[in-house]
Amino acid sequence: MQKFNTLKSIPAYLPIVNIDTDMIIPKQFLKTIKRTGLGKNLFFEMRYDDQGKEIGDFVLNQNPFNNSKILIAGKNFGCGSSREHAPWALLDFGITCVISSSFADIFYSNCFKNGILPIVLEEEKIKELSEYANRKEEISVDLNENKIVYGNNEIKFDVDKFKKKCLLEGLDDIALSLKKSEKIENFEKDLKNQKPWIFND
Amino acid sequence: MPNTLYDKIWNDHLVDLQDDGTALLFVDRHLVHEVTSPQAFEGLRNSNRKVRHPNLTLAVADHNVPTTDRSKGISDKESKIQVETLEANCKEFGIKLFGMNDKRQGIVHVTGPEQGFTQPGTVIVCGDSHTATHGAFGSLAFGIGTSEVEHVLATQTLVQKKAKNFRVNVNGKLPLGVTSKDVILQIIGKIGTAGGTGCVIEYAGDLIRSLSVEQRMTICNMTIEGGARAGLIAPDEKIFKYLKDRPMSPKDKDWDKAMEYWKNLKTDEGAKFDKEIDLQAEEILPMITWGTSPQDVITIDEKVPNPQNEKDEDRKNSLERSLNYMGLKPNMAAKDIKIDKVFIGSCTNGRIEDLREAAKILKDKKIAAHVHAMVVPGSGLVKEQAEQEGLDKIFVNSGFEWREPGCSMCLAMNADKLKPQERCASTSNRNFEGRQGRGGRTHLVSPGMAAAAAISGNLDDVRKYQN
Repeated sequence: MQKFNTLKSIPAYLPIVNIDTDMIIPKQFLKTIKRTGLGKNLFFEMRYDDQGKEIGDFVLNQNPFNNSKILIAGKNFGCGSSREHAPWALLDFGITCVISSSFADIFYSNCFKNGILPIVLEEEKIKELSEYANRKEEISVDLNENKIVYGNNEIKFDVDKFKKKCLLEGLDDIALSLKKSEKIENFEKDLKNQKPWIFND
Repeated sequence: MPNTLYDKIWNDHLVDLQDDGTALLFVDRHLVHEVTSPQAFEGLRNSNRKVRHPNLTLAVADHNVPTTDRSKGISDKESKIQVETLEANCKEFGIKLFGMNDKRQGIVHVTGPEQGFTQPGTVIVCGDSHTATHGAFGSLAFGIGTSEVEHVLATQTLVQKKAKNFRVNVNGKLPLGVTSKDVILQIIGKIGTAGGTGCVIEYAGDLIRSLSVEQRMTICNMTIEGGARAGLIAPDEKIFKYLKDRPMSPKDKDWDKAMEYWKNLKTDEGAKFDKEIDLQAEEILPMITWGTSPQDVITIDEKVPNPQNEKDEDRKNSLERSLNYMGLKPNMAAKDIKIDKVFIGSCTNGRIEDLREAAKILKDKKIAAHVHAMVVPGSGLVKEQAEQEGLDKIFVNSGFEWREPGCSMCLAMNADKLKPQERCASTSNRNFEGRQGRGGRTHLVSPGMAAAAAISGNLDDVRKYQN
């Protein structure tokens, strides 16, 4: 996994609430057996017309937002399906930080598995940051310091310590868990005694 | 200290707990399907890892499979590759798979319970958000992403943080024609699509206890639409009876031992909930969704909302966007919404009781001439059972198409989809923009309401057709 440390970019602002994972990446692109290559289909239905031409009004089709690494969006971002294709599509497009006033649980945890930092801020702060998108000015995100710097201001944000460490170091979750193999084995031994039916299917 | 049912299942599955609250949770049951697993298996291969417990894993192809004649295989090239990849992966890693032509094949959340793979007190995961369905059995069941699928395959555990406890109490009796689908739509309307974020919801109250196992599954299934990852209901005699003698249920001595454990799976008196709401069943009416979010609910007697009445600017914009997408006018009566298609099926409402409920309304009636309607049973076994009961004939005689099992038009990954601007009364779970096909318009309803809509040609009140 790509490490996440600091990030500087003009943010793109998508002021829509309840952006679901079907909007982020529609089902016709879930047929892939790969993780990569989904960026061109990110927000497909908002981004292209029926003929497959880019819709000029859509923010990610406009310069400089087509190069944004930071996306600011309405509340409850990533609701709906568990498809990890949603963060894969964002990542492939180049977005590695999403800022919203709330995220759906599964999407939120999927982000961390892919080197994407989701940041939760109050609505007021979102509005403030969105001005930087409107003015096409850069903001920067510093995960080490848990802060976003914009102009002469900064905002602190919360992130789970363990998740932060994994992002900063680009750690492989599975390898970390496998270090606890002994504990897993002990658990399984007890389970076989206490609930034998679990293994006898 | 008194514990909730969620607390108890959580505590019973803790392999490790770090100081910061990050837990390693043991996973008893892992369901796998073709869409969210290929990259996980590829990850295992790339790092030379094995599946830790193939026998705790069950695979079935459901999202991509055709619902028409399967003798010719899958015509869509990408779908075919994905289904074949699942077959190859299951073979390589020694995982049991119900193939496309196995009569046990079906939607993963219909198949799991049917086989007795789903059991009370277990932790069940699947790379699919509607895994919440299995909570009807008193299991902690939730959807995970593909990286987590890989993690479970490799370690049989999952890294988790504990969620909050949220209880939804529903008491009383449902009026005639009102079903568990209406109950869950009402709940989502009340709490909103983010109302359950960060929580596990326990459904309680005498109405919940009076529901059948399948009706409970419908409620738990759509918990994710209220933002909660998992919904659960304490198991009782109905659950135990349902599970007895299922192919993968515990047998003999194991059954007795399991029963001892299962019987104690309930929330202790006085246990603390972080959130709690109450609903009275008598006040719930047949529901429809009018918009593009499952929280956009009204009763069949109501009118579509008017954005002009909204003070909040974001909410107003969102209403306008939804109405525009749905091609509806403010203040339009629900019953004036004309439909083109009807879809009965999905992991929400594709089980035998759902088909019975719809067939009861459709018996000796014809669907409206302009309506195209289809039934997609949740599994091969549901299909077989329905055919034994003659339900297929009722559907076909009324003008419905009778299809092969799968996810079908719930998410339109196979050939079953809406055309732009087509409007559908659907028993599925999501009315998102483009969900059932680009530009397609979805109204979520119960199976009885879907049948009523098919007959009338517009959204209509199922009570009108009730004997």
